Amino acid sequence: MKKAHNCKLLAKREIAHGIFDFTVEAPEIAAAAQCGQFLHIECGGDVFLRRPISICDTDDNTVRFIFEIKGHGTELLAEKEPGDMINIMGPLGHGFELKPEYKKAIIIGGGIGVFPLYKLAKNIEADVFLGFRSKDRVVMEDEFSAAARSVTVGTDDGSYGYAGYIAGAAEEFIDNNGADIIFACGPLPMLKAVKNIAEARGIPCQISMEQRMGCGIGACLVCTCETGKEGMDGQVRVCKDGPVFYSTEVTLNG
Amino acid sequence: MADLRIDYCGIEFKNPIVTASGTFGFGEEDGEYTELSEYGGFSAKGLTRTPRPGNRAPRIAETPSGILNSVGLQNPGVESFAAEIMPELAKLDTHVIANMSGNTVEEYCEMAEILSETDTAIIEMNISCPNVKHGGLAFGTDARTVLELTEAVKKHCKKPLVVKLSPNVTSVADIAKAAEAGGADGVSLINTLLGMKIDINTRRPILANNTGGLSGPAVMPVAVRMVHEVYEAVKIPIIGMGGVMSASDALEFMIAGARLVALGTGMFVKPDLIIDVKQGIAEYMDKNGIKKAVDIVGTLELN
Repeated sequence: MKKAHNCKLLAKREIAHGIFDFTVEAPEIAAAAQCGQFLHIECGGDVFLRRPISICDTDDNTVRFIFEIKGHGTELLAEKEPGDMINIMGPLGHGFELKPEYKKAIIIGGGIGVFPLYKLAKNIEADVFLGFRSKDRVVMEDEFSAAARSVTVGTDDGSYGYAGYIAGAAEEFIDNNGADIIFACGPLPMLKAVKNIAEARGIPCQISMEQRMGCGIGACLVCTCETGKEGMDGQVRVCKDGPVFYSTEVTLNG
Repeated sequence: MADLRIDYCGIEFKNPIVTASGTFGFGEEDGEYTELSEYGGFSAKGLTRTPRPGNRAPRIAETPSGILNSVGLQNPGVESFAAEIMPELAKLDTHVIANMSGNTVEEYCEMAEILSETDTAIIEMNISCPNVKHGGLAFGTDARTVLELTEAVKKHCKKPLVVKLSPNVTSVADIAKAAEAGGADGVSLINTLLGMKIDINTRRPILANNTGGLSGPAVMPVAVRMVHEVYEAVKIPIIGMGGVMSASDALEFMIAGARLVALGTGMFVKPDLIIDVKQGIAEYMDKNGIKKAVDIVGTLELN
């Protein structure tokens, strides 16, 4: 029987303005966690619903997750201090599928979408592309560099690294070097670009999705996204069927 | 030792706590976090005559102490439920309450016939869904319509029929009386309150469906008041629900007149809420020398 865990916050760091890196003591979650799965976290105070936040990394005893303050819930969560307890359900959802035949893996992350990709980058050999709005938003470059075959960092405004949307850098690389799998997480326009790049070249592509959630375990049916299929197969649950889908399974239009 | 067993419509429930329809799917999901056998009963996701894919996302918006949802009755249809899902649920050590919602009187009657041939213990008739264009709430806001619909469905229903009431009415007691007059064996309330949440930057509602149903602790005082009014108005037994987050919340509903109390939105936050609620009710009974759960029901004394 799964249960919600009361986890002690061990370490907290603000890695960019409004972006917090938390490590909690959670051996049971750590033991079960797969790349791309998420946690459902109680923020405390007067915030009613839990907040779904992706797992960034795990070790034997701890789980690490990184989040940006987006509203009142994440604001309250960011006020927690080491030693405080946080109630966490997880690991939840269907993560990235890793297959032994993947030899030329590409990882593409944008903004806060880079965090769910870190554990994956540590687990496979991949060329990694990370895009951010501007230089002051660049995070985890060193950690990805230590984990990956190569890392290309870009900024939308050209203030650091590759200038422009990071999907463009990945596209050039893929056309020069080939790819047999693409993993992506980030803002919707980036995911749409990546989906197009992958599908135009017939490369399988796994995308991690986001949606407003209720229960987080598949029961309440509120966090759906569209598949483009007719009828009952027209929508899938991000929390349970995802958050990771093959690009061909979702339209990214709603 | 407190005896949590309680009779509802002639069926013995091992405790007064059930799930609210639509918050627990068909049991397979929350089942990972709670043994369904912990519950006295399990009200399954609302069924329609034919499968429904439901509304577009976003289907949820958070509000102070609650949520708005507009799932739109996504479900595989009553026939698929009867053939594939109900046989699995029947193996569980808990009573199943099948919930149905129709567009027409005929659809309700057909669904009642189909569900009567299954192992469901009770049929709950939803006349109060705020999130579908036809049927649903349209049936639940007029006493005459409720009476006629209930009478018609009763002729096709071989199980106890519980009518689920909407709070989006002027007098919930009048609607409950109409259901009773039409032959309902029980009533359940409240369904969600119709609401809207606006994104001030886009000046659009957050929900793709524009409006949705409000649930959670925000609605509980309204729900308790309505359960009290209905308890005063009818003799048929009540399933009370709306924002229960603790044993004391459940006890408020029972004191107001509910024989069974449903957990819903609270389970999103506390998936094992049932354990605390049952334990808290037992402790309350022991502390107050109450031997049977039914002796709590309707014990409200007004000022």
